[in-house]
Amino acid sequence: MNEQLGGLKKGMIVSPIENGTVIDHLPPGRAVRIAQMLGLMEGAVVIIGQNLKSTKYGRKDLIKVENRFLTDEECSRIAIFAPEATVNIIKNYELVEKRKVSIPDVVEGIAVCSNANCITNKEPVPTRMLTVSRSPVKMACHYCGYEVRAEDLRFRG
Amino acid sequence: MEFRDRDVVSIRDFSRDELESIFSVAKKMEEEGYDRGLLRGKRISLLFYEPSTRTRLSFEAAANSLGADTLWFAGVEGTSVMKGETLKDTIETVANYSDAIVIRHPYDGAARWAAEVTTRRTLRGEKKVPVINGGDGRNEHPTQTMLDLYSILVTQGKIDGITVALVGDLKYGRTVHSFAYALGMYRCRIRLVAPEALQMPPHVLSYLESRGVEYSLHRSIEEVIGEVDVLYMTRIQKERFPDENEYNRVRGIYRVSKRTLQGAKPNMRLMHPLPRVDEISPDADEDFRSYYFKQAGNGVPVRAALLAMVLEGSR
Repeated sequence: MNEQLGGLKKGMIVSPIENGTVIDHLPPGRAVRIAQMLGLMEGAVVIIGQNLKSTKYGRKDLIKVENRFLTDEECSRIAIFAPEATVNIIKNYELVEKRKVSIPDVVEGIAVCSNANCITNKEPVPTRMLTVSRSPVKMACHYCGYEVRAEDLRFRG
Repeated sequence: MEFRDRDVVSIRDFSRDELESIFSVAKKMEEEGYDRGLLRGKRISLLFYEPSTRTRLSFEAAANSLGADTLWFAGVEGTSVMKGETLKDTIETVANYSDAIVIRHPYDGAARWAAEVTTRRTLRGEKKVPVINGGDGRNEHPTQTMLDLYSILVTQGKIDGITVALVGDLKYGRTVHSFAYALGMYRCRIRLVAPEALQMPPHVLSYLESRGVEYSLHRSIEEVIGEVDVLYMTRIQKERFPDENEYNRVRGIYRVSKRTLQGAKPNMRLMHPLPRVDEISPDADEDFRSYYFKQAGNGVPVRAALLAMVLEGSR
């Protein structure tokens, strides 16, 4: 399964994984942020490739994580930062499933509204961000209406 | 079109037809008088976490005119908010003794949250207590917008086709955010007059663009005074600025005087949500185009209509 390496057939600079997930076609510079958002950096074996060559996009980032599989909700969160991403599930060194991600209509509980005066930043209120534009991706707070571009969206740590 | 038990959080929760039905009830109440039996036995709580003169008193006058009782606090001194009570807990409590809650709060989105809290109570078998936003932080002030639109209807005979200038603090001013959203429902031209640092926030502008509204950005009132039907002044709100230097750079930047009004059309009306500080000089008060005090008076019939419709349903 050559695709496991994100299109790197020759001169393997990113080693293959036995079981886990390859998140491919991330915009350059986004991999670390996405890995942090998904909490992949805590304990699991993670390989991050940055600015790799991509025939389709010129340059791309890529994340490989061992023994970790993503929920639909996690795939949706990836889509906010990387609408073109693909999520590849690897079992026994083989690609067993390739999934496209899709931008969620609502992100609940995990994002932080960027408006410091928003009730969600002042009192214990669960956040709710609504997708108001898909290209470019923009989210708005359900409570105060404040809009942010996807790249500026922050998540609760 | 159902109004009963409806929350009034954002002006965007209402269609143009719905707004117009509120205006027609308000007009009828103004012309035929208030029915003091309409809301007899109802209790309306007015929770004002921030200072207010017109919004609180006109809600109270509206409620009393229809026979409802009011409970209120004005300022959090003397309430459990001082002991650290959350908004959720205050709303959960007050909902037990209220048929409707009007709230003014310093945080953006507080009214939406309060409305959700009373909606969640219904899952426990409690009745829905509608929440009316009397101004939440820098976000919205929908009932002010309702009376502003009503004031335009009264003075211009229509809203479609007119040109409105919004002047002053367009960044932090909640009244102008709600007002701009509402004007987006009509075929108006909007002139936004503000220093660069206080221009309308991008999310409001993108809303206007999505509605195909013709708007333009300006720095001075003189650029627009000759063409507008409504000149809507706002106060530069010291209390909303994160830093005093930013406030000092823009304070007193716009002033309308009797002389400014000489360049205006005869049908033009000067409006202001009030309070004013120095953006309209007292010598303009006697000009026939100055409408701000009458505009504040329109708060009573419009808020009475809204309370009647939310508590008794559309009629």
